[in-house]
Amino acid sequence: MNCISCISYIIVGLMIISAILAVEWKDLLAAAVGMAAVSLFASFLFFMLQAPDVAMTEAAIGAALSGAVFIFAIKRTQRYETEDEEKPGWWVRW
Amino acid sequence: MLKRALAIITLLIIGYWLAQGLTGVPFGQDRMLVGQYYLNNVIKQTGSVNAVTAIVVNYRGFDTLGEVTVLFIASTGVGALLWRRKKKRTARTEGSVVLTTGARLLVPFILLFGVYIFIHGHLTPGGGFPGGATIATAFLLLYMAFTQYEIPHGAFEKTEGVAGMSYVLVGLIGLALGGYFLYDWIWQQWHWGINDVGRLFSGGFIPIIYTLIAIKVGTELSGIIDNMLKEEVRE
Amino acid sequence: MISVYYFGAISLVLIGLYAVLVKKNVLKILIGLSIMESGVNLLLVSVGYIAGRSAPILSEGVGPNNAVDPIPQALVLTAIVIGVATTALALSAAIILYEKYGTLNIEEIRRLRG
Repeated sequence: MNCISCISYIIVGLMIISAILAVEWKDLLAAAVGMAAVSLFASFLFFMLQAPDVAMTEAAIGAALSGAVFIFAIKRTQRYETEDEEKPGWWVRW
Repeated sequence: MLKRALAIITLLIIGYWLAQGLTGVPFGQDRMLVGQYYLNNVIKQTGSVNAVTAIVVNYRGFDTLGEVTVLFIASTGVGALLWRRKKKRTARTEGSVVLTTGARLLVPFILLFGVYIFIHGHLTPGGGFPGGATIATAFLLLYMAFTQYEIPHGAFEKTEGVAGMSYVLVGLIGLALGGYFLYDWIWQQWHWGINDVGRLFSGGFIPIIYTLIAIKVGTELSGIIDNMLKEEVRE
Repeated sequence: MISVYYFGAISLVLIGLYAVLVKKNVLKILIGLSIMESGVNLLLVSVGYIAGRSAPILSEGVGPNNAVDPIPQALVLTAIVIGVATTALALSAAIILYEKYGTLNIEEIRRLRG
């Protein structure tokens, strides 16, 4: 295993961790930032896959504009994901 | 809890299927068919050094026109959904000194960098889509720094419309001169820049169309930012 | 044994699908869709990669037989820009939902609708 593949393993690991955190965090603002982090790590991976065009686009759009659009939407709605307890018999309502 | 467990089991099955399917597509091997043809002929046929740009603008220009249309429809949809009779920006806290000073200093350079990216689209990585997105980020920075800032709406909408129509116009000139829509008349008939491959003034109509795409993408994404930031006000 | 890039792409798709299936908040579902989109883009680009070759920008030292496949990159380049625009459209629909129902929970919205 050479150094380049070490870096790719580390970046894929960080990307998966930030994706899980983005899905699990109850604070939607933090979740949006986690999603932007996923895009940033994906743009690193695009660069290592010899796709500089895609890496530039993903860095400009995924990490900046997409997160900003999500934050604007959170500002106009609500910040926290409401925790509702698991009611018994949820399958009845389907 | 049961729902969550069922979802995880389903996802594991789907993931196993995907991994099984991808074992038939080994990583890092040469599987090019059409791509090799494009790579062999890209300089002779389009004059562009960057093969990705040549495919986006020249070989599949009609597809890109459709995608620009999708972008236009999405931007119009955001404007229509968030339309209110009277709306304006409701931010109260002014940006900090660092933010406002940095914005004043950086915005011209970000705009310049965006223009550099889309003008050199046929030579270096980049092109109209990342260039337009970079320009939109400059306007996003202005919106963040100054509470009263708004983009000039009328000028932006007119610019966007003119850019979209010019794209179709360039294609129609190709139809008139060469026989099919988006024919590269500058490169294949006029032979402009045929000795300058790898320099700025080459590549046929690729720089022109990418400039139009960048203007369109930049104005549309700025319009989306503007629409999402403003809220309805009642007197 | 699949490559680490394939593994990352499949994991992103599955994590996004998990959010779509399990979560009840509309914005959380949209975050899951965005993550899925990143995974699909990563999968497309890594299918086009060829080991030992460099980016498809022809210059001295990079000939036609020395570059990776440019077609998936061209597809993904436009797909990313379209993705943020459609995400913004979906977010505006979510804003309208919140203004009309006062909540983002899809089960409550389903209950209030009738």
